[in-house]
Amino acid sequence: MSENKSSWKWSRREILKGLTGIPFLGTVWWAGAGFSKKIQDKKSKILESLNIDAVLPPPSGSMSGDPVRVGIIGFGIRGNQLCRALGFATKSWLSDMKESASANSQDTRLKEFMEQENLNIKLTAVCDIFDVRAEIALDSFNTATNQIRRYRTYDEMLDSGNVDAVVIATPDHWHAPIAIAALQANVHAYIEKPMTHNIAETYALREAALNSKAVLMLGHQHRQTQSFLTAQDIINKNVLGHVSLIQANTNRNSDNGAWQYPIHEKASPQTIDWNLFLGNAPIVPFNKEHFFRWRKWWAYGSGLSGDLMTHDYDRINCVLNMGIPKSIVTSGGIYTHRDGRNVPDVMQINMDYPDFSTGSTQEQGKEKGMTLVYSATLGNQYDRDTILMGHDGTMQLGNRLAVYIDPRSTRFAELLNKDKIDTSVPVYEYDPAAGELDGITSATSRYFANKGLLWTYRDGKRVDSTFLHLREWLSCIRNGGKPSCGIEEGFEEAITAHMGGLSYKLGRRIDWDAQKNEIAPVPGYDLDEVLLANVERVT
Amino acid sequence: MKNVAYSKWQLNSLVLLRVFIGWHFLYEGVIKLYNPAWTAKGYLLTSQGFMHAFYVWLAGDSLIGIVDTLMVAGLLVVGVGLMAGIRIRWVAVAGSVILMLLYLAHPAFPGLSSGYSAGNYWFINNNLIEIAALMVIFQFPVSHYFSLEVLFKKKKSSEQTV
Repeated sequence: MSENKSSWKWSRREILKGLTGIPFLGTVWWAGAGFSKKIQDKKSKILESLNIDAVLPPPSGSMSGDPVRVGIIGFGIRGNQLCRALGFATKSWLSDMKESASANSQDTRLKEFMEQENLNIKLTAVCDIFDVRAEIALDSFNTATNQIRRYRTYDEMLDSGNVDAVVIATPDHWHAPIAIAALQANVHAYIEKPMTHNIAETYALREAALNSKAVLMLGHQHRQTQSFLTAQDIINKNVLGHVSLIQANTNRNSDNGAWQYPIHEKASPQTIDWNLFLGNAPIVPFNKEHFFRWRKWWAYGSGLSGDLMTHDYDRINCVLNMGIPKSIVTSGGIYTHRDGRNVPDVMQINMDYPDFSTGSTQEQGKEKGMTLVYSATLGNQYDRDTILMGHDGTMQLGNRLAVYIDPRSTRFAELLNKDKIDTSVPVYEYDPAAGELDGITSATSRYFANKGLLWTYRDGKRVDSTFLHLREWLSCIRNGGKPSCGIEEGFEEAITAHMGGLSYKLGRRIDWDAQKNEIAPVPGYDLDEVLLANVERVT
Repeated sequence: MKNVAYSKWQLNSLVLLRVFIGWHFLYEGVIKLYNPAWTAKGYLLTSQGFMHAFYVWLAGDSLIGIVDTLMVAGLLVVGVGLMAGIRIRWVAVAGSVILMLLYLAHPAFPGLSSGYSAGNYWFINNNLIEIAALMVIFQFPVSHYFSLEVLFKKKKSSEQTV
């Protein structure tokens, strides 16, 4: 013990040796804490000056009450997806997903489908002119709790009294005729994009919607994306200053992305009602390729301008509300898929808004006007962001949202001078998926997901945006209210798409006459004839 | 070992190694401690290799809070221990465990992407080198100075040849 006691008597040298680490420790702690605090302060100061609210879209209303009886018209690729979003998956999809989930634990598609909220609907009717597809729907959806009937035509379905609402997922040239008939029968309609296939029916559909008690919703499901209200707030608070240029893009590099869909082995004149498929399109003999790959021809589809530009246009329109452009100039060609199609596979649509402004931070009158450039190729899938370019900042817009300050900004000049802002990193970043693991990583999925077309987030959880969009439509049916993508938004979308298509086909600028509320006539041409002509260009 | 005599410079070098590693751990811990937004979730979810499922489990909502707290606490304890010289052998083991967990989440195996590391590595990366350095610290007398252990283990050290 006495030896132990004596060992506690330290010399000055020993004490110094023992305690020398402490000041170093304190210094490292002080440096780390100081650095961390400096970063936080800088960030919070900028965020304070930006004052951006990350707002959630309001939830749609209750799904209680009697089940809504829904009919599906067109049970192809999109029709299947829409039915799943309504809670009805085919037997083959369920077994495929089960297999996929057991092979890959990150594939949560089946789990997410099973956990999806019940929308309290009955899928009571199916109309598809290809027997195989209609039979798949009957086989999968005729259950103890759901009885579904097949109708040969949409008229039969609408007249049956068996549906309160219809989901229209047909080729483009059938969208408006079916939607108009539904609305005239006061049957609610959810219609895929583009809303119409020509100009005349755009006005006719608007007329029908305005005179109907039924609710029309256009299928731009990205309107449910969590980041878009935040983007609106950023624009309203003039963070970007005057936005002069916006670019939105489509980049795909696969046969599927270029609408080269598989042709079913059982397709034949006996299994497909060919005349009904053609509808108002030019009469041609039975053609399997036209039936399954209809997006490749102007007679049935609308090419990049109607099929994909409409999504990007509406994504921007729901943030800026800029409406129909004053003029459009389109260029492009069939450069990547020379397979007999007559819609372009490379397309640049320049939409000019000379009188539009998001606001200004410079002297009055210096800034006005904006161009929205939609740039698309089906021959390369390099991911180009949607960007809004303002004098004071740039916004990347997708499910993830990021704002960069421009080095020459007027609004942020003082902070920039004090070196408080690093222009190479976002001053504001909003990523509801931060920390989420994406189990489905195909390039096409990412392309759609980045645009908010596949899924969005609610309370940090991934949700199918089509499900939310359909839910909003059903809520308007049940509880009243104006859908986020109704006839006015659809009218602007359809007219803009048609102007883009016309400019391509005619090889000239197309103007919008806002006074007359019509596309300015082009001497010597009937614009609807041009649009519907089943040829690449009309010159 | 007891009978081996080390030169002053050998000992000083080992002490320097100990203090530097402690410095590294401490700074990492303090930065995370003072950043309320920090979480290991991204690092865990993007993990690669044969233990991926384990890390995804750790990153789940029910565990991630505990994992984050333990991570910061672990870094601070190891950092303070090595720098101030408290329980040096014990914290050398703890530090090695932390580093091994970090390594296995993103192992430098051929064929895996090196998303979280700045350099190019083939099996051996800076995590593993730091583990090896902690093994040295564990095995050798490194409480020569910068060490509270010098004070509290005076008797023991007086028995040693150091």
